[in-house]
Amino acid sequence: MRTLKKTLIAALALAGSTAISVAAEVEVLHWWTSGGEAAALDVLKKDLESKGVTWKDMPVAGGGGEAAMTALRARVTGGNAPTSVQALGFDITDWAKQGVVGDLNETAAAEGWDAVVPAALQAFSKHDGKWISAPVNVHSTNWVWINKAALDAAGGKAPETWDELVAVLDAMKANGITPLAHGGQAWQDATVFDGVVLSLGADFYKAAFIDLDPAALGGEKMVEAFTRLAKLRSYVDDNFSGRDWNLASAMVIEGKGGMQMMGDWAKGEFLKAGKVPGTDFVCIRFPGTQGAVTFNADQFMMFKVGDDAKAAQLQMASSIMAPSFQSAFNVVKGSVPARTDVSNEAFDDCGKKGMADLAEASASGNLFGSMAHGHAAPAAVKNAVYDVVTAAFNGELDPAAAAAELAKVVAAAKQ
Amino acid sequence: MSAAPSQNVAIRTGRVTRAVIYTLLILAAAYYLLPFYIMLVNSLKPLAEIQQGRMMALPLEWTLDPWRSAWSTAQIGVSPTGLRPYFMNSFLMVVPAVVISTALGALNGYVLTKWRFRGDGYVFGLMLFACFIPFQIAVIPMAAVLGWLGLSGTIAGLVLVHAVYGLGFTTLFFRNFYAAFPTELVRSAMVDGAGFFRIFTRILLPLSTPIIIVTVIWQFTNVWNDFLFGASFSDFDSFPMTVALNNLVNSSTGVKEYNVHFAGAILAALPTLIVYIVSGRYFVRGLMAGAVKG
Amino acid sequence: MAAAPSPTRRPATDHVGWLQDNLPKLVLAPSFAAILVCVYGFILFTLWLSFTNAKLLPTDFDRYVGLANYVALFEHRNWRISLTNLAIFAPLYMILCTIIGLGLAILLDQKIRIEGVLRPIYLYPMALSFIVTGVAWKWFLDPGIGLEAVVRSWGWEAFEFRWIKNNDMAIYTIVIAAVWQSSGFVMAMFLAGLRGIDNEILKAAQIDGASNWHLYTRIIIPLMRPAFLSAFVVLAHLAIKTYDLVIAMTGGGPGRATYIPAIAMYDFTFTRQSMGIGASSAIIMLCMIAAVIVPYLYSELRQGRQQ
Repeated sequence: MRTLKKTLIAALALAGSTAISVAAEVEVLHWWTSGGEAAALDVLKKDLESKGVTWKDMPVAGGGGEAAMTALRARVTGGNAPTSVQALGFDITDWAKQGVVGDLNETAAAEGWDAVVPAALQAFSKHDGKWISAPVNVHSTNWVWINKAALDAAGGKAPETWDELVAVLDAMKANGITPLAHGGQAWQDATVFDGVVLSLGADFYKAAFIDLDPAALGGEKMVEAFTRLAKLRSYVDDNFSGRDWNLASAMVIEGKGGMQMMGDWAKGEFLKAGKVPGTDFVCIRFPGTQGAVTFNADQFMMFKVGDDAKAAQLQMASSIMAPSFQSAFNVVKGSVPARTDVSNEAFDDCGKKGMADLAEASASGNLFGSMAHGHAAPAAVKNAVYDVVTAAFNGELDPAAAAAELAKVVAAAKQ
Repeated sequence: MSAAPSQNVAIRTGRVTRAVIYTLLILAAAYYLLPFYIMLVNSLKPLAEIQQGRMMALPLEWTLDPWRSAWSTAQIGVSPTGLRPYFMNSFLMVVPAVVISTALGALNGYVLTKWRFRGDGYVFGLMLFACFIPFQIAVIPMAAVLGWLGLSGTIAGLVLVHAVYGLGFTTLFFRNFYAAFPTELVRSAMVDGAGFFRIFTRILLPLSTPIIIVTVIWQFTNVWNDFLFGASFSDFDSFPMTVALNNLVNSSTGVKEYNVHFAGAILAALPTLIVYIVSGRYFVRGLMAGAVKG
Repeated sequence: MAAAPSPTRRPATDHVGWLQDNLPKLVLAPSFAAILVCVYGFILFTLWLSFTNAKLLPTDFDRYVGLANYVALFEHRNWRISLTNLAIFAPLYMILCTIIGLGLAILLDQKIRIEGVLRPIYLYPMALSFIVTGVAWKWFLDPGIGLEAVVRSWGWEAFEFRWIKNNDMAIYTIVIAAVWQSSGFVMAMFLAGLRGIDNEILKAAQIDGASNWHLYTRIIIPLMRPAFLSAFVVLAHLAIKTYDLVIAMTGGGPGRATYIPAIAMYDFTFTRQSMGIGASSAIIMLCMIAAVIVPYLYSELRQGRQQ
């Protein structure tokens, strides 16, 4: 017993004296725990280890990061904040307002991040002129994934407008398959609705979802958007509610479903099933939204650390922003790099298209945060929109009532 | 204390009645086993069969790969470790938490029924209402308390949290069990000069096996399966199993390997199941009577 | 705790005597203190929080808003749906679990040879984490792949069972799965109660010629009053805290049709980053629990004193 105590004291003393080398570690709270994503993150871990920085992994999956954000609150309250936390959109802004985040300006200035990261992303990565987080990727959400054989049977031409979309869906229905594979979960309903709203005009999307203009939220065009949503509902099978998004993808892969409206992470499901873009499936922008992109971007937000741990934190940010990592990670993840100067060589057709679309949308000012994924408005507003969209999709509200309700709940949540 | 050979006090039953009883019990067993069947068959088939919608059928191709994956190679964090490394963390948390809360609960129940004092009813009522605090509201203040105690991110901190929030139930179970226990025995022991602890260990404890089992089952299950506290108060070195299982199952945008999820869920539940089966052996009343005639 | 030495003791052994007298209270004290802080302290904190406009963290507030959070809560459609669902779910769940649990316990108490096999089968659902068993139930209840599809494949083409997809019926599927999970544990509690009953009383009654029905309804079940209290508290606790199950099975859907207060509370507190409203929903939940538990407890404890 006594020897044990002695050993412990010795160990503690040792830990104290070598604090500087021990501190060369980063604790990372994240929710990337599935095969591909985690493997991609492992690349980052190895890279940091080669530079002498230890990676302490703190994965908490669930609810698209909700569980991790809950854990983060407990950790910050307990005075035990991690070095770095995976975070999305307005969550970053909210944490920045608490005055607990770090400052990456030193590295950002040296590496010229301002010039290569799209302005729409910088709106989240920077707070009060300071870089506080390092963006890893950009997902875009206004994609449609179509089974090639089903499309050929329905005329063969990928739809580019709303009317063409309806025509293809009708043809698929006549061919006896479920035209639209969809999972009835609030965030999936909202993802489809993002595309619908964007298809009514980039200006309308911006007015309604970015500026939260009550006139746009409750106006005629929004009624039209809900009418289109109801129309899309009519192409979904009756068993849609509660279905996971990847089971909807499986329907399209199997040919039981014609198409799915989902962000670019769906591509991973197709690739894993051995399907080839262009041959087995087709990726198009939501009809009527070519040229505009709604995005969500994963970032690693940095928390305030002591001077001894600062170097490791900056090293991590620098490694995340390295073009080689951005390319390697996003090839696996299905998204596109968060900086626009990365070579598209390693990407497949859909990835190349995604990168070109992103650069184009960013240049023309048509790159918008996705409402469904927390990049257009803070959490309270986002969830209020979910409530209305999911009620409308489930037929509890007619289009006119839904638009009126949308304006009302957003106003209430905004205060 | 009389562990007197008890007679058969089961209701006197005829052959038909017994057949009905067995039928009912077996039907109930089928209801309870149904979801387990789904989990088991799907944990033994390749993912492709599940994706084709063959969820209720037996596997076309039997495989143990999902089990291997869940145990040792599935992605939990950035490293493909499977659930294996997290079992020890959970044991280190569960065993002390269950022992502490059960022991305290037994003592509390004993005091509240056999050493009554003024206001004991209110004390019991207050402790009982503690069962109902929604854990979600406790997360943030508890984090502050643990931070203040210097226990953030430690297994000791998790043990403390689970022991405290288990007290309401353990006290309730023992109090209600001892309430039906003849007070005369305790009185006469007191007259004989036996002290507080002696009465407890010699008279009440030997007869408490069924309620100890119920309490241990309840506490073990709750602590073992807790996710909210585990995710909030643990650290890189102290992640309990449920957080690992959750990471395995709840990945948001990755491919969902349902077969591995089910295998992982059964693996994760094995310790609890073993507790049920092993402790259940001590659940039996009137062993001697049972041996005489059924 | 009062430190008045007992007057009957001799002065020399005063502190020993005091210790003797107060030992039971001292044993109880640590538990009671921990609960005072970690339950009642936190409840007071939550009450305070419910009057602020806190958002991300309890420190993230700038003013007191009076009862505004409570008003916002009750104006929120999700909360109203949650209350309605709880009113359906909680009584149904508690009654079914009690009936099934007590029934199985009584049947299992008839010197059943395979008790050792059956008991763990009834109990095991408790052991499994609902984040996964919820998926199994979801599949089983899904008309496309589960029960309906299987029965139809057996040739009964008209068979229909699609409650989980129906806004009005989905909450009942939650009841089915919840009863599945916890009725086995209720059975174990009643079984412990049955086996804690003094055999002498039963023997005496049997000698008096009591019928089986009479034996149970007049003697055994009344003797199990405390076990009923345990079961009631456990079930009420589970009913009001049910969360994982609904998340895994329906995610609160279709739409918001299976929202219940625990989900709404988590949703406000953590997902919507409106800690103030979340706190107010927790206070309302506690008030509802108190409204049910306190009268029951009062009558129960008074009964106990009279006996």
